[in-house]
Amino acid sequence: MLAAVRPASARCYDEMYDAAGIPYAHYGAYAEWLSGKPRDFMLQKQREADTLYARLGITFAVYGDEGGVERSIPFDIIPRIMPAATWKKISDGCCQRVRALNAFLSDIYHRQEIVRAGIVPERQILGNSLFRREMQGVDVPGGVYVHVAGVDIVMVDAETFYVLEDNLRTPSGVSYMLENRRMMMRLFPDLFARIAVAPVDHYADVLLDNLRAVAPTGSADPVVVVLTPGSYNSAYFEHAFLAQQMGVELVEGQDLFVSDDTVFMRTTHGPKRVDVIYRRIDDDFLDPLAFRRDSILGVPGLFAAYRAGHVTLANAIGTGVADDKSTYTYAPEMIRFYLGEEPILQNVPTWQLGRPDDLKYVLDHLPELVVKEVQGSGGYGMLVGPAAGKSEIRAYRERILEHSANFIAQPTLALSTCPTFVQSGIAPRHVDLRPYVLSGKSVTLVPGALTRVALREGSLVVNSSQGGGTKDTWILES
Amino acid sequence: MLSRAANNLYWMSRQIERAENAARMLDVTYRMSLLPYRVLEPGQEWAEPWALPLVITGLASAYYERYPGRITPDNVLRFMVLDPANSSSICSCIQAARENARSMRGAITEEMYEDLNDFWLKMREFDRHRVEADVGGFFGWVKIRSHQFRGVTFGTMLRDESYHFIRLGTFMERADNTARILDVKYHTLLPSVADVGGAVDYYQWGALLRSVSAFDSYRKIYHDVITPMRVAELLILRADVPRSLHACMNEIYEILQELCDDTQREAERLAGELHAKLHYGQTQQIIQIGLHEYLTGFLDGTSRLTDEIDKTFLVPVYPSHLAQTVAA
Repeated sequence: MLAAVRPASARCYDEMYDAAGIPYAHYGAYAEWLSGKPRDFMLQKQREADTLYARLGITFAVYGDEGGVERSIPFDIIPRIMPAATWKKISDGCCQRVRALNAFLSDIYHRQEIVRAGIVPERQILGNSLFRREMQGVDVPGGVYVHVAGVDIVMVDAETFYVLEDNLRTPSGVSYMLENRRMMMRLFPDLFARIAVAPVDHYADVLLDNLRAVAPTGSADPVVVVLTPGSYNSAYFEHAFLAQQMGVELVEGQDLFVSDDTVFMRTTHGPKRVDVIYRRIDDDFLDPLAFRRDSILGVPGLFAAYRAGHVTLANAIGTGVADDKSTYTYAPEMIRFYLGEEPILQNVPTWQLGRPDDLKYVLDHLPELVVKEVQGSGGYGMLVGPAAGKSEIRAYRERILEHSANFIAQPTLALSTCPTFVQSGIAPRHVDLRPYVLSGKSVTLVPGALTRVALREGSLVVNSSQGGGTKDTWILES
Repeated sequence: MLSRAANNLYWMSRQIERAENAARMLDVTYRMSLLPYRVLEPGQEWAEPWALPLVITGLASAYYERYPGRITPDNVLRFMVLDPANSSSICSCIQAARENARSMRGAITEEMYEDLNDFWLKMREFDRHRVEADVGGFFGWVKIRSHQFRGVTFGTMLRDESYHFIRLGTFMERADNTARILDVKYHTLLPSVADVGGAVDYYQWGALLRSVSAFDSYRKIYHDVITPMRVAELLILRADVPRSLHACMNEIYEILQELCDDTQREAERLAGELHAKLHYGQTQQIIQIGLHEYLTGFLDGTSRLTDEIDKTFLVPVYPSHLAQTVAA
């Protein structure tokens, strides 16, 4: 995801210090602790963290980077602290949003009431390449489509949050939320004695509990597995980490096979039935018989077993249609339509370049706006107007004009900043927040999230693939 | 557990053991080469100290392809330690073990992964000059890291199937290595068997014992000069010498009894057979059969066992009605 830059002269909301440089109450205890620490102490802790991350092998792969296949993600040792009341609003807002998105998916793959009601245009769904016709009329256990959602949120002041995007396919990053906490407890055990931070370590238990709850009916003791594309995938570390934390098998496509519309894994004691697959492989690659024929990552016959209701996939097939950046604009309406509630979290105002009026406005204001591809992710292929040069804007304009419906634009938000340990000392850097919402038994979140930080001064791009780092996120116990 | 997982773990520990054995062999070779004499007779160039590691590991022809011409200490070291093109070089083994572990992180403990990953990261820092600057120190380091990894495994891992496959890999590789070392050394040393007890002999046999950490054990057990037959007895039949064939087969047999269910008894039976031969074997029999023939028979047996382990656990073949779906 992204955010945009305000001119350096404009002030952004800092989450720790007010305009006079006084820490806010929720940062009080930390600020006091920090003031007693010399720079050398912090520098040594930062080095310790870097070494530990390298040794623990907590890495991600960067696509298109021939040099290093694996890299450690930069970790910042200064935590982001959030009061319980702020978190409650975010947490309630995320649960509400995910309930509505689930209802939306169930609806569009069945009766399409929301289209009949004239709220979402038919072409928005049927014309979307991420809409899976194969899923029409398929009932999924518990009606749950999105078992794990990552909702990207930014703050512009203490009261105002915006949802930047929903990640409903195979959102990643939760392992960093968990590892960052462990790292902080290893580096600064005394801080946890002073400050009551809500624990996040039970995430894997909650995940497993939810996954077991959506097993096909009839499995008394459901077998859950994590399906990974393999050790060369950028998020492989996370796949292995989650399997280990849940105590379930980490499988690759080659470990599974389908017989009589039932999925089995190859074990040292013969075939063993699999009930729930937490898959971290995209829809396209799941089953060469149903989707991409050239997929060697998938399992032939998996989709047939899924349709027959003999195995549960988490997330369900076809959720991409709901996290597309143009469907995003309808999320507040979905909340009103399915839940009869007012949205707790707001969307960023968004222009759809498929609409002539929006297109005209955006083309006239490119230097002020952020433009993204509707189906892009990872911060690739977007234009940050205020940070772009003239030629970049000109080139991007050409791309927009070619397929304008593939783009959306948003105003440049003054993202909040958090103090971050950088070369020159401690300085403010822009951050975003990705909480992980789990559905199955119920819709819940653990009190924590991944905070991504744009390490370059002034930058608003927090993606790890684009020079972003991460921080531990502390939700204070109320 | 998953067959692929079992396969990865089995090979992870085999690779570590292989790296350690290479370090042991090269270390002893290096020390021998510092001695002022050679057991070189016409037509016996292959028995030159620096050729032995290549002969024992079966890598001689691969070496000549890579370094045509003579066997030189520098080239053997390069080939066996750092050469990425040699899949049995110490560096390649550690990398492969680390890759196996990386793809199986869920099945091993964090401490194990951390330790092995660190082993690999440090290994990557070695280049030719650093190795050559302190050859003995380097081999010692590899041995220690291998011990350390086994220790971390022993000390942290749940005694489940994963653990058994890890141990199985270690002992299969170790048994194979001890048998090969012994076989090749006998070939080499036979010409000089005449002067048993001579200085050359003492160093040669002493080196062999040292390469498998059995020198002190020999002293403790025999309190006497080193003789070839006793060395054979020690490294084949003594169950209390940790790198002997008997000790390895004790472990392997026990592990397979643990792993095999009622439909998988063939692997256990083959191991039991090999084990019984060692458990009830006598030095006299070995002499009668001939040491080389005896060891060849043993290696044939372990090779059959390896195939059976593959077929049963690691790369299983399922009944045809299940296999058909897979082929579709």
